[in-house]
Amino acid sequence: MAWFIKDETIKKPSSKSLWVKCKKCSSHVYDVEWKENLNVCPICNFHGSITSRQRADLIFDKGSFNELFANIGPVDSLKFVDLKGSYKDKFEENKKKAGINEAVLTGHGKINGIKAVASIMDFRFLGGSLGSGTGEKILQGANFALEHKMPYIVFSESGGARMQEGVLSLMQMAKTCSGVAKLNKKNIPFISVLVNPTTGGVTASYAMMGDINIAEPFAVIGFAGRRVIEQTIGEKLPDDFQTAEYLLEHGFVDAIVNRKDMKDYLSNVLSYYNLK
Amino acid sequence: MTKVKSKPSEKSVKNSTEKGKNGTAWDIVKISRHPNRPVLQDYISLVFENFIPLHGDRYFADDPAIVGGFAKIGDKKVMLIGQNKGKNTTDQITRNFGMAKPEGYRKALRLMKLAERFNLPIVTVIDTPGAFPGIEAEERGQAESIAKNITEMAKLEVPIVAVVIGEGGSGGALGIGVGDKILMLSNAIYSVISPEGCASILWRDATFAPEAAEALNITAKALLKLEVIDEIIEEPKGGAHSDYDKTATAVKSAILKNLKSLENISVDKLLDMRADKYAAMGKFSTDN
Repeated sequence: MAWFIKDETIKKPSSKSLWVKCKKCSSHVYDVEWKENLNVCPICNFHGSITSRQRADLIFDKGSFNELFANIGPVDSLKFVDLKGSYKDKFEENKKKAGINEAVLTGHGKINGIKAVASIMDFRFLGGSLGSGTGEKILQGANFALEHKMPYIVFSESGGARMQEGVLSLMQMAKTCSGVAKLNKKNIPFISVLVNPTTGGVTASYAMMGDINIAEPFAVIGFAGRRVIEQTIGEKLPDDFQTAEYLLEHGFVDAIVNRKDMKDYLSNVLSYYNLK
Repeated sequence: MTKVKSKPSEKSVKNSTEKGKNGTAWDIVKISRHPNRPVLQDYISLVFENFIPLHGDRYFADDPAIVGGFAKIGDKKVMLIGQNKGKNTTDQITRNFGMAKPEGYRKALRLMKLAERFNLPIVTVIDTPGAFPGIEAEERGQAESIAKNITEMAKLEVPIVAVVIGEGGSGGALGIGVGDKILMLSNAIYSVISPEGCASILWRDATFAPEAAEALNITAKALLKLEVIDEIIEEPKGGAHSDYDKTATAVKSAILKNLKSLENISVDKLLDMRADKYAAMGKFSTDN
């Protein structure tokens, strides 16, 4: 009988899929290969989402990143309730899920030896939406850069303003841009990196205001949503509409840079900055 | 706002319109979009004098959705810039219902810079459902044009008074809305997204717009409480459309009062005050 008794010590295969389906080309890529390739599709070069901490690890020299303003988080000031429940429940759940308190990670460190401040948005936290806490961290990051005369880099990955905070979220566009304005006036470089997707109020504020704008390949970048435009004009939009490549062609980004090359690209550009 | 579980029945929709007499957010939305509500060109003739319209962004075109130029209000000379929804169907179509394209925002910025050169305070008048969502607008950088205005307005060395007269539609409104003082008519709205748009995303059904309007806090009263705006300009009973002259008188005196409050402030102080004003916007927690 014993030969078919289940051996409990043998590990069952994980129920989690071992394959990642690329959102662009629909290829199935082995999970390990996908991760080793920094969540970039080895077949079509589509850049999938990565967490803000992973991105910080990719950009900053090992052990040099110091997080700032981690204590800042959202509050449900409007007591906003929609069909799925309260905003408060939603952001508490997102805090646990994403392991961060807001849709952006801010900190400073060294990029190939060059000191810089960065705010890195995280799509896992309420779709990377721009709320009051997000805006505060982005502004504080700019203030820190100003104070320490370090270049400021913002990675945007966001669906836009956070509806659950009403006009307070809209005002974050003015708040963050006033930080950018201060950097402009003191000639501190501000670099914007646009990641898939960057839309709405984030595109219409700091994300488009980089002294240099960089995008990852195939990133969707736009103001109005694709569906809204299609409804307005009553026809289908071309496939490449609102992509990084489309923006490069129309003169709104300086370069499209692969994730694996981003660190070296940034340090190369920043090496031209002569601090007065 | 309570949890909404089912689709609103005909009855509940009707109820919410009947509540109109009590001034629910949705009723105010409807007044703000009333077909007879005064638009920018009404205020130009009733509030301002000697308006000298200026045209074009110098890059691409003149956008009729945004009107601007030199003007006098009382004894003050200003640069007036605002969205114009238009008066009749033909005019409204020409002006794209006040939905500006990048060339409109770039014209606005050009005029703001001109005001700076002439050392004139700026009055902006906000009345738009939003920036135009179309192919050509995206192609020419709708996001960039708005972003640029918001950033440049933070640096402008002259006082800015912004008045929301009807619809303050999201980024399209903010693109000319970064003022030292923000005034709002009592039946105007200012929102991050239209109630219909919000309802179709968060309620998955646009007919929940009245609920979304309530939840979004888009009325002048709510926004004064949230410290987003500085002052409410009271409309006559029945709304601005019921008495143009009375509305215009109230708007004129509010603009003049606020322009005076910004006089004789040094440029550095003015810019610091503006930066502090926007830095203070929003509510967040610091004990995470």
